Amino acid sequence: MGHSLHLTVDGQEHTLVVDSRTTLLDALRDRLGVMSAKKGCDHGQCGACTVLVDGRRLNSCLALALTHDGAEVTTADGLAPEGEFSTLQRAFLAHDAFQCGYCTPGQVCSAAGMLAEAADGAPSVVTDDLEGPVELSEEEIRERMSGNLCRCGAYVNIVTAVSRAAEESR
Amino acid sequence: MNPFDYERAADAAGAVSTVTDRPDAVFLAGGTNLVDHLKLGVAEPDLVVDINRLELTEVEALDDGGLRIGAMVRNSDAAADPRIRRDYPLLARALLSGASGQLRNAATMGGNLLQRTRCVYFQDTSTPCNKREPGAGCSAIGGYTRYHAILGASADCVATHPSDMAVALTALDATVVVLGATGERRISVTELHRLPGDRPEQDTVLEHGELITALELPPPRPGASTYRKIRDRASYAFALVSVAARVDVDTAGHAPVIREAAIALGGVAHKPWRARAAEAVLRGAEPTAETFLAAADAELEAAEPLDGNRFKVPMTRGAISSVLAELTGVPEALPESTTEDTHE
Repeated sequence: MGHSLHLTVDGQEHTLVVDSRTTLLDALRDRLGVMSAKKGCDHGQCGACTVLVDGRRLNSCLALALTHDGAEVTTADGLAPEGEFSTLQRAFLAHDAFQCGYCTPGQVCSAAGMLAEAADGAPSVVTDDLEGPVELSEEEIRERMSGNLCRCGAYVNIVTAVSRAAEESR
Repeated sequence: MNPFDYERAADAAGAVSTVTDRPDAVFLAGGTNLVDHLKLGVAEPDLVVDINRLELTEVEALDDGGLRIGAMVRNSDAAADPRIRRDYPLLARALLSGASGQLRNAATMGGNLLQRTRCVYFQDTSTPCNKREPGAGCSAIGGYTRYHAILGASADCVATHPSDMAVALTALDATVVVLGATGERRISVTELHRLPGDRPEQDTVLEHGELITALELPPPRPGASTYRKIRDRASYAFALVSVAARVDVDTAGHAPVIREAAIALGGVAHKPWRARAAEAVLRGAEPTAETFLAAADAELEAAEPLDGNRFKVPMTRGAISSVLAELTGVPEALPESTTEDTHE
């Protein structure tokens, strides 16, 4: 059965009719042609589909599109103005934080959401003092980015890139 | 995915009434488990009632000094709440031990309690499973049981409850507030989940159409508490074994005495396992490494491990005694050498 759906994706407004079964990821890719959100496992295990929904990182494969009717979605494409790169994206380039690149849009969206969480003072499970300030050590970055898998194994450089971007945006 | 109708609930009572009236209707909260089950064919509802717009998103102080957490508070928001970090650190740690940052942003407090087992056979519709299809048989018994139960299982089901959060809530004696067609009721979280028995399809005592609207935590108790999770990866994996514990030691007398101890175990049973036998050994005893091991042994006396999870018995024993040592500042007992492969 068709339902009306309104989404703002990377600054562009869209109104469409979707089947109730459509995930946010499939709405982005199959209906709106937004290919920067990637389909990896489609079961919330790999993080390739990570986008920001109203500023928070989510697995778009595990969300029904209709749940997010009216939401503002940012994919890796929308992290910086057309033709430019965000601090994170530049750090990924500078530190070779990818090989095949398939997981990268999800990695940078996840990192963007993670840096915002850390800036808000949210602890992680490896934070010793739950009430203390958040220091984004490499251990913290690894833990906070664990929802994004990289089958090429570029993790070492991903940690470096996120770490540098965190320092730059401080 | 089977077709289903979709409705967006405007209020909790309306959502309850809609689902109550449709036997094959389900509530949709964060979706991190249900949407996956829709894809896998594990869940085949004819109506999905989306409760994401319900205003059950507050964390409020209770008059008695406790805390009420709305069922739609996201796991990440609960873990970041200053009151939870300060007064219920084991809950914050348990929440942060679960899943990934993205999933915690979606997963809700109510939904986390009602997530279903990650038994591989339950999630694979090509294999028999009594939980998915009553009477079909259990593929796990005699199969892959690394993540399965060592306590309280039955001949029909050896699945474990996967939640970290629920283990902490069990040690905290939290209460679950439930709205049904005939009104509201309160259930101790220790009574929410069932053991499988001969009805493993029934994870909890909730009736069809009942909706969790809030969790209530009693006032913070004195003493130290923590949550420790042992898993196959450093992060983003379900527990093999986990321990939520709080201990209050009276140091006023000649020798220290354990005034109160609450222990809950994850990864070992069909429900978060309150370790009452261990608590009974600890209460009134002097905190020593020997006492901690005796407490663990008292709990594990009833353990019935399977071929694939024998390691969980020594792992649970070690985890309980190690957590108690950490919380009381008592030097940890070194585990006796064993010829068994404990995967530690």
